[in-house]
Amino acid sequence: MIKPIYGLMAEFDNPTALVEAARAARERGYRKLDAYSPFPIEELTDALHLHHHKLPLIVLLGGIVGGLAGYLLQYYVTVVYFPINVGGRPLHSWPSYIIITFETTILLAAISAVLGMLALCGLPMPYHPTFNVPRFALASRNRFFLCIEARDPLFDRARTIEFLETLEPREVSEVAP
Amino acid sequence: MADEQNVHRPKTDIAPGYTFGTVTDQIASVVLTKRTPIFWFISFGAGLVLLLLFLLAVGVLFAKGTGIWGLRTPVMWGFAITNFVWWIGIGHAGTLISAILLLLNQRWRNSINRFAEAMTLFAVACAGMFPILHLGRPWLAYWLFPYPNTMGVQPNFRSPLVWDVFAVSTYATVSALFWYVGLMPDLATLRDRTHNRVARFAYGILAMGWRGSARHWSVYETASLLLAGLATPLVLSVHTVVSFDFTIAIVPGWHTTFLPPYFVAGAIYSGFAMVLALAIPLRSVYGLQGLITDRHLDNSAKVMLATGLIVAYAYILETFSAWYGGNTYEQAMVWHRMTGPYAVSYWSLMLCNILAPQALWFKKVRSNPVLLFISAIVVLVGMWLERYVIIVSSLAQDFLPSSWSIFHATRWDWATYIGTIGLFLFLFFLFIRLLPMISIFEVRTLLPAAKVEEEAES
Repeated sequence: MIKPIYGLMAEFDNPTALVEAARAARERGYRKLDAYSPFPIEELTDALHLHHHKLPLIVLLGGIVGGLAGYLLQYYVTVVYFPINVGGRPLHSWPSYIIITFETTILLAAISAVLGMLALCGLPMPYHPTFNVPRFALASRNRFFLCIEARDPLFDRARTIEFLETLEPREVSEVAP
Repeated sequence: MADEQNVHRPKTDIAPGYTFGTVTDQIASVVLTKRTPIFWFISFGAGLVLLLLFLLAVGVLFAKGTGIWGLRTPVMWGFAITNFVWWIGIGHAGTLISAILLLLNQRWRNSINRFAEAMTLFAVACAGMFPILHLGRPWLAYWLFPYPNTMGVQPNFRSPLVWDVFAVSTYATVSALFWYVGLMPDLATLRDRTHNRVARFAYGILAMGWRGSARHWSVYETASLLLAGLATPLVLSVHTVVSFDFTIAIVPGWHTTFLPPYFVAGAIYSGFAMVLALAIPLRSVYGLQGLITDRHLDNSAKVMLATGLIVAYAYILETFSAWYGGNTYEQAMVWHRMTGPYAVSYWSLMLCNILAPQALWFKKVRSNPVLLFISAIVVLVGMWLERYVIIVSSLAQDFLPSSWSIFHATRWDWATYIGTIGLFLFLFFLFIRLLPMISIFEVRTLLPAAKVEEEAES
């Protein structure tokens, strides 16, 4: 019996080759694939159709919750819990609430941006099969990788290797699960 | 099409000849090397000694109370608040570089944003010390926050001092988050490059398993932009709120509407001075002239000149509006500053903040790192004096001559102030030794090889 693998990984020298390879793989019909690069590549996002994610919505909600919480906290404390009557001035003194409302909006929006980013990326994830490829350490230095995962319906060990070889990579390696 | 793009692209953000590999190795080697330069030991040692002085000063303060400082009625703010405003202002340049210049697509910032952000964090840490130590009973600092308590009291949300608590703590939190998110890909690089098992484990945990996946990068880029968009109004608001500590009061010299923009400009002014004061020695010791180029120094000097002119305008406006407004107390305040007991401080700050920086108009000065370093230090001194004059001279001579009293700084005032410089140096050089001081992945994007060549369109 053949050992199951996570996928097949091709290594490239430069971002252009990686983007072209990613496009070719998409055109071939592969869908369960990911690319790894030492810096963000705008074109790669297009090539892999990765534009849609919910982070902006998460940050918006975080901001709204932060703003409401900040305002209501001040309203509750100054009007209900600890009212101070200074010469009959209104207790609900909204102009003086603006700054703290602004700060809590920013605070919660920023925290939800970071936590949302981690959640959408599935991080922290100390182990991942790609780390089994020895040369993958270069993905954080100067090499570019394209990985076609075994769960792709079109995946076939022999034929996928053949396909990746046509993209002229430096090397194709199997990724242990 | 291709030619057109070449025309619009900036000349060079970093020196030519770098590749993805050499950029990575050069920046990472500062951290991963076993040979630490003597310069690092000297600076870190100086920081450590001054940090011990700070701990001593704080110990004495805890034992005896704020009376060891020169605080006497009516000058109850003295050095503590001067240092607070000075430090928090210095922090602003880091956020400006990392957030505002990111939104404005100023790509040259990529090689100076990391250490400028670290500078922000540590400056805010130093700033935060002062209001807390100044409380009198610093161990009760948590009373500043609203929380359910058995005393049945809550902070006064109509007070600018409480606004300041929220502004500064939000600023510190958001700066730390932004800085950490920016570090993640570089921590992964260090994890993959180090041969030390302990270091690999530590960087591995901190990198959270970052692997440079395209899926992650796309979310990551959005997160960076959103954080920059959130940090931009935040940084402008923080010093505005700090200035509200003064403007909401009725003390002459404080109660003016132009203080917020004037404070923000002054903050960026002193912050860029600190960026230069740190970048110039660092790049020569670590041989990073190819990454932190003369163009970076030139641009920072130009920002300093521009914000310095705004500050100069504010000084002139302050004097003009006191005269034109016809308020006796405002006029007396300006007169006291110019000729009174603080005249030496006032005229030195004019010299440091208005006169001296005019040298930056000259290209020769901007391209000479030694002169730039000196003018950065001069601006830092000038901005400290500015806060000192605003706070102390206004309080010392307010409305009623019978209550006037002159502030004299004690040795513990100086020890606490110089001690926080030690805290700053200590933290900063620890950062230089343990984390990449230049954002590696962002510098990679500056290389010509990072551009994807499109065949179909050209």
